[in-house]
Amino acid sequence: MKFETVIGLEVHVEMSANSKIFCSCGAKYGAEQNECVCPACCGMPGMLPVMNRRVVELGMTAGMMLNCRINRTTTFDKKSYYYPDLPASYQTTQWFAPIAVDGKVKIETDNGEKFIGIKQIHMEEDAGKLVHDDWTDTTLVDFNRTSVPLIEIVSRPDLSSAKEVIAYLERLRALLRFAGVSDCRWEMGTMRCDVNLSVRPEGSTELGVRTEMKNMNSLSAIEKAIEYEAARHIDAIVSGTEELVQETRRWDDIKGKSYSMRSKETAGDYRYFPDPTLMPIVIDDAWYDAVQATLPLLPEDKAALYMEAGLEEKTAWQLVASRRLCDVLDAAVEAGCPIKDAANWIFSDCMKLCNREKLTADELPVNGQDLAKLIALVKNGTVTRPNAARVLAAMFKDGVQPETFAAENGLLAGGNDDRVDAVVKQVVDENPKAVADFKAGKEKAAMALFGQAMKLLNKNCDPQQLKEKIFAELAKR
Amino acid sequence: MAVFTVKNENVQGKAVALDDLILTKDYPTAAGSKMLEGFMSLFDAEVVPRLQNAGYGIAGKVNVGEFSLDVLGETSHFGANRDQNGNLVSALSESIKTENAFACLCTDSNGTPRRAAALSGLCYIKPTYATVSRYGLVACVCSGETVGVMAKTADGCAEILSVIAGHDDKDGTSLPQNMIDSAKNADPICKVAVISSFMNGLSADMSEKVNASLASLRANGIEIEEIDDSVLPLAQPAWNTLSAAELCNNISRFDGVKYGYRTANYKNIEELYTNSRTEAFGLLTKMQLLYGSEVLSTENYMPVYDKALRMRRVLCAHFSELFASYDAIVLPACSQTAYVETDTDTAYNESLYTAPASICGLPVAAFGGIQIIGKAFSDYALLSLVKKTEGGAAQ
Ligand SMILES: [Zn+2]
Repeated sequence: MKFETVIGLEVHVEMSANSKIFCSCGAKYGAEQNECVCPACCGMPGMLPVMNRRVVELGMTAGMMLNCRINRTTTFDKKSYYYPDLPASYQTTQWFAPIAVDGKVKIETDNGEKFIGIKQIHMEEDAGKLVHDDWTDTTLVDFNRTSVPLIEIVSRPDLSSAKEVIAYLERLRALLRFAGVSDCRWEMGTMRCDVNLSVRPEGSTELGVRTEMKNMNSLSAIEKAIEYEAARHIDAIVSGTEELVQETRRWDDIKGKSYSMRSKETAGDYRYFPDPTLMPIVIDDAWYDAVQATLPLLPEDKAALYMEAGLEEKTAWQLVASRRLCDVLDAAVEAGCPIKDAANWIFSDCMKLCNREKLTADELPVNGQDLAKLIALVKNGTVTRPNAARVLAAMFKDGVQPETFAAENGLLAGGNDDRVDAVVKQVVDENPKAVADFKAGKEKAAMALFGQAMKLLNKNCDPQQLKEKIFAELAKR
Repeated sequence: MAVFTVKNENVQGKAVALDDLILTKDYPTAAGSKMLEGFMSLFDAEVVPRLQNAGYGIAGKVNVGEFSLDVLGETSHFGANRDQNGNLVSALSESIKTENAFACLCTDSNGTPRRAAALSGLCYIKPTYATVSRYGLVACVCSGETVGVMAKTADGCAEILSVIAGHDDKDGTSLPQNMIDSAKNADPICKVAVISSFMNGLSADMSEKVNASLASLRANGIEIEEIDDSVLPLAQPAWNTLSAAELCNNISRFDGVKYGYRTANYKNIEELYTNSRTEAFGLLTKMQLLYGSEVLSTENYMPVYDKALRMRRVLCAHFSELFASYDAIVLPACSQTAYVETDTDTAYNESLYTAPASICGLPVAAFGGIQIIGKAFSDYALLSLVKKTEGGAAQ
């Protein structure tokens, strides 16, 4: 008998919304434990939720990017359960009227295009984190993550292999990142996935017993877990050695096995009911249209435009992997920079600096207008290429304006820089021996003078210009 | 037992007492529960700075029944107030009558302040829902509870209400300021309806008290019509369902983990939860928790909880119909003039009278054994009506 695997995914994505969903606490990654908290997100009595409008907009954006219908009246509900990482003992989520429903996402498979249905997208708050302290054998709670806004994207059970799952997740990630909904970083937990899986004889329309693997946080783990779990199901059905039960299982990525959680999941009744402290959110046409107007092109459409504008295919696809890179490039082009130059600068100097500063492409700190100005300065010869790299470094670090910084630090090429002239004169005056050596034909002596002058100028000058000035000064002697 | 759980001996300005569901950063807030005994809030409820900025002083925190769900404060962890005959006397009214507070801010989550005022010769206004911020209230029944004002006179209530009412961004349900302000221009109340079926279950002395107040209204030129109505009594089961469910959810945050009472007797997290809550909550609260969690179960949600939500809509629509013919509806505030023994059923039964205004968020003034329910934003018109009777029959 041949079997087919039926997989549905619940993907949690942390939204890039600057502040938490119902309070004004920031939500920065890597903060001290319990640094980003207030009475509201700690579940203290007396606090009421105040809806973060930006979160609703990002929820709408996600829905639109995944071809969903947006619920024009969307509401929040309370989901009750006791766990120490959930300070109010309820999670505010969307159960009855989620922000978006009935979408679809196109993926490429070995057999061509396939559409994966999206059942719904709902907004909710994240829970905190429990940290076990082995030293004192106690469990401590970190509430930094409580109330961080999430969307949960629930797919229909339309996926049938690990390969399709990976394609789907990569597609989701690309779309959500491109639309600025989330940075979707598996390694930071801003993208997580629950895998629901069952198998059935090929051609059957009935679903088999379903198991769920929660909180998967890497593509490779997801791939291995799906292959393992599908094989386990088939084996159980064929050999009858194990009875399949509907349950939550934990995936151990090191051992390469899934385990039953053996949890007391007897009740599992979350007692959902409409949250009376949050008014229904009504999305009128004006708001809907305003959000729709901010939607980016799809990454592939954007890449096609770049190719049309003269970029190579590889460069175009590299650009659309990050919305930030596209924004910087577009702004530079808008400011008059030729697109190829802008792309070159982004992938050479800019990315080099990003790597050095351990920034991702999404965090590229220069803006397109300033980059265009710098490129123009280089092109018209005002700043030399090596000096431009130093100007760019300052733009990265301090957000300086390229022309002001270059002028103030003696980085203008061929300019009449009194400071450089004075130093050159001083160095030549103070080193009669080097001058004599140079006159005697030792070219290296000029380089020694050059080195000294460079040192005195704290390297704040254009090397080519300095060299020329030293030779000119020597010629005068 | 003391009227105040904490008393401010050095009040600056006119003294206003706060019931102990209103969080204050300078005084502990226990909400009448062992669970929150000694709990210090990190912030003041919105009504507190509103009072202080208008020059009023805080008289202290007034003892309430556990989460103010009971008849007259008898379930407080700190003990009930009784007179020499053993009758329950609400600490809310006592804060004014014996402790000389000018007014008391009282959270109406299950009608306690209405009963307290109606039986003690004071006046109480439960304002239109969402015109006074609920920020900083120990939340019990978010969809209906309101901070109201008790005072000796209707003018006293109006004075304080005008200070505490107003839009607050920190409360997502708070109404816009212009709607709240519209209460100041409400039409006067001339014609009221008394619902006869509610008059049947009253004790003899309560009937007398109610009739005396009606007579006083009539003597002041108010047209009173007695009508029968079979819909309003349905507010009771609907309200008891919604309020138990919301209470169950709201006080689930009191789990012994973060603050408040924690049992000494636990070996794991399950026991910590169970034993802390078992040891700290009183019987009435526990009954509400059981009922509330039951009506929200997957099985009961549609047949019970959702039905109660739909009942709320029916009741609000029904009130609108009544208000097409009458300016206000008069109901007794409770069934008896005095309570000695109460059990968990008493509070449930007494909500027959208070549930209609609670479930629809309507303003209601209580005095002289009765309550007058007005349409939304008729708060000051209700108080003007009460003022007419003052010095007359309301004892
Ligand atoms: Zn917060």
